[in-house]
This record gives sequence, C-alpha cells and structure tokens, in this order.
Amino acid sequence: MSTSDGRGLRESATFDRATIAAIQHAAETGVYDIRGWGAKRPLPHFDDLLFLGASMSRYPLEGYRERCDTDVVLGDRHAERPLHLSTPVTIAGMSFGALSAQAKESLGRGASEVGTSTTTGDGGMTDEERGHSKTLVYQVLPSRYGMNPDHLRAADAIEVVLGQGAKPGGGGMLLGQKISDRVAGMRTLPPGIDQRSACRHPDWTGPDDLAIKILELREITDWQKPIYVKVGATRTYYDVKLAVAAGADVVVVDGMQGGTAATQEVFIEHVGIPILAAIPQAVQALSELGLHRKVQLVVSGGIRTGADVAKAMALGADAVAIGTAALIALGDNDPRWAKEYESIGSAAGFYDDFQDGRDPAGITTQDPELAARLDPLQGGRRIANYLRVLTLEAQTIARACGKGHLLHLEPEDLVSLTIEAAAMARVPLAGTSWIPGRTPL
Amino acid sequence: MAALSNHPDDTASPQDSARDGAGVHTVDLTTATVRTLNAELHAPTARRYRVLSPRGAHAVAVGVDDELDIHVEGDVGYYCGGMNQGGTIVVDGSAGPGLAENMMSGTVRVRGDASQSAGATARGGLLVVEGTASMRCGISMKGVDIVVGGDVGPMSAFMAQAGRLVVCGDAGDGLGDSIYEARLYVRGKVGALGADCIEKEIRDEHRSELAELLTAAGMTDLAGDPAALAEFRRFGSARRLYHFTSERSGSY
Repeated sequence: MSTSDGRGLRESATFDRATIAAIQHAAETGVYDIRGWGAKRPLPHFDDLLFLGASMSRYPLEGYRERCDTDVVLGDRHAERPLHLSTPVTIAGMSFGALSAQAKESLGRGASEVGTSTTTGDGGMTDEERGHSKTLVYQVLPSRYGMNPDHLRAADAIEVVLGQGAKPGGGGMLLGQKISDRVAGMRTLPPGIDQRSACRHPDWTGPDDLAIKILELREITDWQKPIYVKVGATRTYYDVKLAVAAGADVVVVDGMQGGTAATQEVFIEHVGIPILAAIPQAVQALSELGLHRKVQLVVSGGIRTGADVAKAMALGADAVAIGTAALIALGDNDPRWAKEYESIGSAAGFYDDFQDGRDPAGITTQDPELAARLDPLQGGRRIANYLRVLTLEAQTIARACGKGHLLHLEPEDLVSLTIEAAAMARVPLAGTSWIPGRTPL
Repeated sequence: MAALSNHPDDTASPQDSARDGAGVHTVDLTTATVRTLNAELHAPTARRYRVLSPRGAHAVAVGVDDELDIHVEGDVGYYCGGMNQGGTIVVDGSAGPGLAENMMSGTVRVRGDASQSAGATARGGLLVVEGTASMRCGISMKGVDIVVGGDVGPMSAFMAQAGRLVVCGDAGDGLGDSIYEARLYVRGKVGALGADCIEKEIRDEHRSELAELLTAAGMTDLAGDPAALAEFRRFGSARRLYHFTSERSGSY
C-alpha cells in the first residue's frame, strides 16, 4: 500500500503496521499479546454469500403481511423438557467475571423479553443471572469453576463445553486484575491471581467417556434438560459425529470469529476455521446420521445481522448464538467513550482489551464504578431491540425466498461471491452451477 | 443413535425395589435400572438404602441432595456419588473414574480401590478410598477432603485449588502440578513433584489437621499413632505461577 501524500512510501503487506507493532511489543515486554474479541483478520464469511430472492421460478411471501415463523425447539431428542424459543437468535456463553453483573443482567433481560435463551460461562451461575433469564443454559466447562448441582437443576439446559472458536484446545486465563472478591469466591481461588481455565475436562478424556459423562448429567437432572455439546470449529465433521454419538441433544459449533474475554492474539488469529467452513461439515455429519434437525445445530462466530442469521440457517443451522454483537449492542466500543478509550491506549471501534478490566462502557469489567455505567434496564432494552432487528431482518429475507419459516431456508437459496466461500459453504459461485470440489467446472 | 441407557423407557418393574422391616429400601440392579435408583434417591421415600449387584454400572447414586445413607454392595463404574450433597455413600467394592466428582458435602467411602480422577473438582465433603486411587486423584479439587489409605497415581491434585488430600501410601510423579491453595499430606514415597508444588514444613497445627482428617476417615489407628503421623510430609504451592510471566515459560 502506498501513502497518498505523494512521497511514494510503501507499507509492507507482510510487515504491516499491526505486525510491526506486535514485534515491537514482544521485544519490549517479553510477553505476547493477550486480548479479547475474536479474529480480526479478513476471513471468508457470510458476506461472501448472497440470497437468490424469488422472481419467476420461485414464489415470494408478502412482506409485512404473510407469516414467517421464527420459533425453534432445541433439545427434543432425549430431554423431557426441550427449549421452545421464539427466535433462533440466542445469547452465547459469557461468564460473570469476564462480564460485569450489570452486563449479564442486561443480556438476561433482553433475551427474556424476546423469548430466547442466555448462557452462563466459566465461573458458574449467579442468582441475578438466573433471576433475569427466563431460559438459561448452564455451561459445564473444563475448569468447573463454581460447578454446582443446584445450578444444574435450576438450569433449563446444560451445555458441555469442549472449546470455543477463539481458542479451540486452548483453555483460558482470567487475569488477576479482573478477579474481585466475589469472582474469586465463586471460583474458590484467592482474589487477584491469574486464574487458569483448563483446556481439558478433569473427569473424562475422550468421546466414549463423554457419553458416560452426559449420562451422569442426565441422571442428576432426571432426564429433563437438553444437553448441548459445544465445540470450537476445527475438525467439525468428526467432532459433530462424536458429539452426537456421545448423546448430545444439541451441538453448538463456534467459528474462529467467535469472541473471547482473554486469549493470546496468536491463538485467536491462527487456530480454528471460519464458521462458514464449519456449518456444512456439521450439517453433513448430522445428515449422514439421519439426525439433521433432530439433533439441533447452533452456530456462532461472527453473527452480526439478520442476513447472517438467515445465511447460517439456510446452510442448515437450527439457531445461532451471538456474543460480540450482543456486547456491541450493549454499548461496547460506543463513540461516547472515545476519550476514555484513547486514555487507555485504544479507540472507539478498536477496543478489545476485555482482559484488563478497564472497560469504559462497564461491560467487560469488575470495577464497580465502571460497571455502574451500564444500566441493566436500558441494556436489556438495547439487547431486546437488537434481537428483534436480527429476527425481522432474517424474516424479511426468508419471505423474499418464499419461506414461511426461517427453518425452511435452504442452501439452494444461496450463491457465493467468491470461489473460496463457494468451496467452504458448498453453494455455487454466483451465476454458475459450480461448487468447487463438488461439481464439475 | 441411542444415548446410553438408564432412560425411563428401560424402567424395571416395582418388585425390583423393596423395603425391609428396618426401613431400609433395597434396590437390586440385577433387575432395576440405575434410572430407577436415582429417581428414588432424588425423591426419597426412605432414609437408608441398599443397592445390590451394581456390576460396574455408571452414575450410581448421583445427584443425591439429601442426608441419605446409601450402601452399595459391589463394584461401580464411572461417577459413583457424583455431585453428592449430604449423602453418606459407601461402596463395598471398587469404583471407576470420577468417583464423587464435584461432591458438595456428605461422605463417599470406597472400601476397595478407585480409578482415575477420584474426587475431581469436588467442593466439599469427605471422600475416603480405603484402597489405592489411580491417576489424577483430587484433580482440580475445590474444597473437598480426600483420604486415601493406599497410593495415588501420577498427576494427583493437578491444579488443586482448595481442600486437603491425605495419602497414606505413595504418590506418583507430578504430584500437585500447578497447585493453588490445597494442602497435601503423603506418608510414603513421593515421585517428582509437579510444577510449582513444593514440600513445606509440617507444624503442629498441620499434624492436628492430619489427625482430624484420619479420624474422620475412620483411620483411628494412624490418627492416634504419633510415630505414624511423624512420617507424613506436607506439600503445597510455591505460588510462583500465580501471575503469568514469560520468564517462567519453562514451567507452563
């Protein structure tokens, strides 16, 4: 890239400014960068797909008039009480600890208002979270921080987490500056120390064991609650098959764009695959088992708009989960905090230091004064508004494709703008019938 | 593809459970399912239970949330006593992996040996293994007390956060790797210690604590023998890994 000031300076594509800054940071501090957010590099994504709206050969539904339903049932394979959600857009797992109590409450209020679910995170379930979430998914994580059978029983569903898209195989580290007395107490560790979240479960070591672990969870909760299994997107085809074999009612696949509260930059950007490449693998695995739409597929990692929701579902997902987008809806990276972002070395639109607890927006912090900036009632309204917009946008597209339910969207409704996305999403390049690797050129 | 069994569809007939004159409810797993057993324990109609012929079944007596006495007569598979809350569970046999995982309170006692990850992540209560325990005993323990009459395998008390682990025999390599605030007592030989685990001075208050734990475990001979108590060594965290720094990257 050349600068525009006429001096003919040229920035290296290999050693761009971000790379230069990273090398300088490493040399100065001897520590790699740990940050929040998800992958920031350009990746094949839903933007590379387009819908084929109806015209002559397909028959659209009347916008604003004809019904396009959005409700979904999750977890009816084995559980006596599956979840019935009004919209397929759910809130992904984010911990109290990573997020302030006000942020968690806001997510619960917003999700409950529109009839969808929220999810706990590493560190357990808070009473406030349970109280404000009509439908709450309780995560069973490798660290088992705060793991409590009362919370298993109080949850509406249980999610066994093997990994997340930002760091498949990586575990986690909640840095000491975010460990308040309350967070420390919930995790049975001293305040102020860095808390490692294990990358492996302590009491099972493979898919055969997981089947027995799931059996135990079902027994403890009397077979009432759906059991999800969440994986970071990597070897998705095999992971989904094994999760199903282990007895999962719902499989959650999180692409590498999925956010994190604190992970090494090198991990976020270089491990895992984009959600676009993962969904078709998951759907193939489920279809081969004869369980597509019977074991539900929830996908996450870079869902931002109703178009993303619709595309994920057209590729075969039953629901999606949002994390980063929900935080933005709450006020993360809001320009109103521009000066404060600058004062801590960041900028509105760039802030990703969720690990250090100084979030001006009061979302990814345990500082009482910062956290008090987020009003849970207002936050809940913002989340509800955003979830409604996502749902309405997805409905708009579905109607244009002639679908009376979001679940009726199908790969045939999609084409790709790029060869890469066509190969990954397994839909034809726009204007052709070519799916690289699947159909002849 | 079916999930593992124990589902209500497999429920056995009522005659598989019986109550004797002393108010002890008996469930025979030759004919009754584990689902039947756990359902009964979650809505108990008695205070004392006998479980016959477990034959290595998984998830026996999990999620108990009441002060019940449960006597299991035979060997059990994975996760026996998992997440116990208040129950007193005795296994007259040996136990598979994940014994008493995430126990909150109460007591789980195994007369025989325990497989790996006994007491994993357990937050309270007392776990007694009268025989030996395998690898990862007390992994990520969060407040439980564990007393093992024999040896424990490698990587025991890995990332142990809180609670006490007493080993009357030997401990394998990697003991207490990445340990936080748990306290470990070992009478026999100890293999290579794990990262950040060090031997610590054993003072009078530690010997008292040790004697109390042994007494609670029913090992009163040891508890009352000063010479035996003197053979125990104490291990815990050097707390050098509590704050991440690349200068310790060789330890991570």
